[in-house]
Amino acid sequence: MDFSLTKQQLLFQQMIREFAEKEVKPLAAEVDEQERFPMETVEKMAKIGIMGIPIPTQYGGAGGSNLLYSIAVEELSAACATTGVIVSAHTSLCAAPILEHGTEAQKQKYLPKLASGEWIGAFGLTEPNAGTDASAQQTTAVADGDNYIINGSKIFITNAIYAQVYVIFAMTDKSQGTRGITAFIIEKGTPGFSMGKKEKKMGIRGSATCELIFENCIIPKENLLGKVSGGFGIAMKTLDGGRVGIASQALGIAQGAMDETVKYIKERKQFGKPLSAFQNTAFQMADLETRVQAARLLVRSAACKKDSGLPYSVDAAMAKLYASETAMEVTNKAIQFHGGYGYTREYPVERMLRDAKITEIYEGTSEVQRMVISASLFK
Amino acid sequence: MKIVVCIKQVPDTTEIKINPVTGTLIREGVPSIINPDDKAGLELALRLKDEFNAHVTVITMGPPQADAALREAYAMGADRAIHLTDKKFAGADTLATSHALAGALRQLEFDLLITGRQAIDGDTAQVGPQIAEHLDLPQVSYLEDLTFDGKKTFTIKRAIEDGYQMLEVDAPCVVTVLSNAFKPRYMSVRGIVEAYTQQVEMWGFEQISVAEEKLGLKGSPTRVHKAFSRGVKASGELYEVEANEAVGIIMSKLKEKFIL
Repeated sequence: MDFSLTKQQLLFQQMIREFAEKEVKPLAAEVDEQERFPMETVEKMAKIGIMGIPIPTQYGGAGGSNLLYSIAVEELSAACATTGVIVSAHTSLCAAPILEHGTEAQKQKYLPKLASGEWIGAFGLTEPNAGTDASAQQTTAVADGDNYIINGSKIFITNAIYAQVYVIFAMTDKSQGTRGITAFIIEKGTPGFSMGKKEKKMGIRGSATCELIFENCIIPKENLLGKVSGGFGIAMKTLDGGRVGIASQALGIAQGAMDETVKYIKERKQFGKPLSAFQNTAFQMADLETRVQAARLLVRSAACKKDSGLPYSVDAAMAKLYASETAMEVTNKAIQFHGGYGYTREYPVERMLRDAKITEIYEGTSEVQRMVISASLFK
Repeated sequence: MKIVVCIKQVPDTTEIKINPVTGTLIREGVPSIINPDDKAGLELALRLKDEFNAHVTVITMGPPQADAALREAYAMGADRAIHLTDKKFAGADTLATSHALAGALRQLEFDLLITGRQAIDGDTAQVGPQIAEHLDLPQVSYLEDLTFDGKKTFTIKRAIEDGYQMLEVDAPCVVTVLSNAFKPRYMSVRGIVEAYTQQVEMWGFEQISVAEEKLGLKGSPTRVHKAFSRGVKASGELYEVEANEAVGIIMSKLKEKFIL
């Protein structure tokens, strides 16, 4: 067991940190304020390979580990959580299921363009009546000769507006419940596939969250992902990986808020001394730093287990649960330490708190993670 | 086209602080980086690689940890890396350093040899020109831009104190590059993934055929006799005077400190 990063991992972390500092951080407030998708950042990330970190080189990716991918999402999110989730949804929720469940033809068609960042990916599972109860899918897919006809809608889809490739789920056999769900790959521009309303969100405001609408949308059978009725398994497996990504995002937000707060309380003086000289402040910061480091070890452990091919569902659930709750606690206290200034948009910590909240909700709420963890405990 | 870039691993001097009590430099935890002028030089080489499919070799002389700088060069896109490392090279001043590097460079073919203008730790700006002299090659220092005709001739924009010179020089030649001339690219993710699987050639004294008395401390005509930090700035003085009188005081203080 070795808890330190290798030289190669440190070099990677150094590169992403520099990129985040120079290219991502300067835009973070503007992207939030204007609810603007940072396309120019995506193009820059694509150029150096950040959109294809864990995709194998034979499909145009960088052939990196899930640990490197986790480090990237963490470092990007420390600067801008919107940028972190764009990469995470693209990689974990769209490219990963195509890599793991796609046919060779599907991999050849989609992965190189996803890996190069020419295409952005998205994942459509949630519906108005199927959130935590993901099995209650109402979108239908009916076989019709060589095609499927899809009807229904999906909500809260990250990257939706800017994606070209979507992995979506629909009922092919309602009578079978979870065993009647099938996964499909759908491309932007398919007739009958359109965008609905764009969400106005509290945080991660640049991430282009939107509704997907399918009205007699005809897609060829080649676009079926995995087996007929195998969709629920694909969704759950995909979300295990996605949770490592969101845990990394939450960890990054927490670290970003810690960095801002440490800087602030060393400079800010009251009663003739810096805030860091007040023991109440110092001790609370020590507790927060310890929590962030504990979260980091859970996140890295889940990523490494995935890399080793070990079961990691419960590890991913624990990492996401703990990292997201840590992000909430750290950002909330970060504002308190900044005092009145922390409540203004002149300082980044209020944005970080708004961004942190979603990490307790999406890709499975904290309650879902507790269901996963406790189920493994009592099995 | 073949290009060789000399790079140096240096402490990031922007991160170095002075201990206010002892007056000494605090170097603990200071990261090591590729010297900024050299990194701009590597970027120039990689742009020539993009345009003319040039083959780019990076070479560094330094202790084992300088390996990290070569890995970074690989991750940016260099094709070959050579690490000159031998106890016999240690303690070198600029003459001995340039002898060692020139010895290695004689073993390599190149059309263009690139170094940085100067390293931010030693700050001499002497090694590049000395290498050119040892190899008997033309040199252009303070390079701010370069174009290549695709055959033999480089057109170089050289910064001088109050302007620029445009120079033409034929390959092979030596140039020293300014850090603000080319913004270095980021390492690519794939480059980093593969950087530690690529071979770094280790060259010692045996490989460079330079007389031992020209190398290291032995080959150094200069010795650093003493190193100490400049005093910490004293706190300012406050004058409450009329504007005209203030100008006089400011001017006399600046003259006293030899700023004017």
